[in-house]
Amino acid sequence: MNAPDLSLLPDMRRDDAGPVFAEPWQAQAFALAVRLSENGHFTWPEWADYLAHEIAAARRAGTLDLGDTYYEHWLRALERIVTDKQILTTRALEERKRCWDEAARHTEHGKPIELADNQ
Amino acid sequence: MSKHHHNAPLPDTVLRVKALESLLIEKGLVDPEALDELIDTYETKVGPRNGAAVVARAWCDDNYKQRLLTDASAAIGELGFSGRQGEDMVVLENTPDVHNMVVCTLCSCYPWPVLGLPPVWYKSAPYRARAVIEPRAVLAEFGVTLDDDVEIRVWDSTAEIRYLVLPMRPTGSDDLDEHALSGLVTRDSMIGVGLPQAPVQQNR
Repeated sequence: MNAPDLSLLPDMRRDDAGPVFAEPWQAQAFALAVRLSENGHFTWPEWADYLAHEIAAARRAGTLDLGDTYYEHWLRALERIVTDKQILTTRALEERKRCWDEAARHTEHGKPIELADNQ
Repeated sequence: MSKHHHNAPLPDTVLRVKALESLLIEKGLVDPEALDELIDTYETKVGPRNGAAVVARAWCDDNYKQRLLTDASAAIGELGFSGRQGEDMVVLENTPDVHNMVVCTLCSCYPWPVLGLPPVWYKSAPYRARAVIEPRAVLAEFGVTLDDDVEIRVWDSTAEIRYLVLPMRPTGSDDLDEHALSGLVTRDSMIGVGLPQAPVQQNR
């Protein structure tokens, strides 16, 4: 374990109860993992292992990890567990991500973003 | 100005979550209404007020307190709060000699049913590391100074066991009822990095 970095002190300050999720995607990623576990696709201890792995990897990569990147770790853990468990393939995720990107770029501002066809 | 104002590209994280969500819904593995209900629960219904109700009950009812200390999951369930992940709850009683403090060093396991989702600092690397190494210094940063002879016990949560600190009832709160007492219980006091608020002195 690294020695405590005292320069980080100001960043550990207490927060007043702000919003639970900073952005909607965090709430969606949160809910997907909880529901998949509740539906029996993985146990919660399995999930905690995946999440802890991502957090440790981020620390090894030298990020400060001040709590604001928590849902980025969460999202990577979710992608890894669904592909490891063969619930979804990496390829399907990448293709679908491209579709959403295309759809967003071609949607007029203010209109809901929708995929052209069922994939 | 062009006629069509297209959206700016969506951020990578948003696209990745949309990809996951849309594929999982299409496969029938998650139900969109259940996702919305879950998000609403954690945004608006579950939070530290639940834990405050548990603490205030324990302060007022010694039998309840004993049940809480022996089988916390069941005692918390009596008030209608229960976990979703099958985790076991353990309640840690603060005394004049022992102060308890909770951390999750590996991820951010937290007693969701009684405290809601964790604050940002609880999920930060400095807290995860320093709570264990130098709890007294961390407490000081939260504004809590304990006598040197008070033992500090730091508890590391896991996916299976979640801890809730039962803080000491504030002095001068003897006249308060359970509801008023619950108003003194802060989130931080139930994580062990704070103390309950002192009761407001009534002018007589």
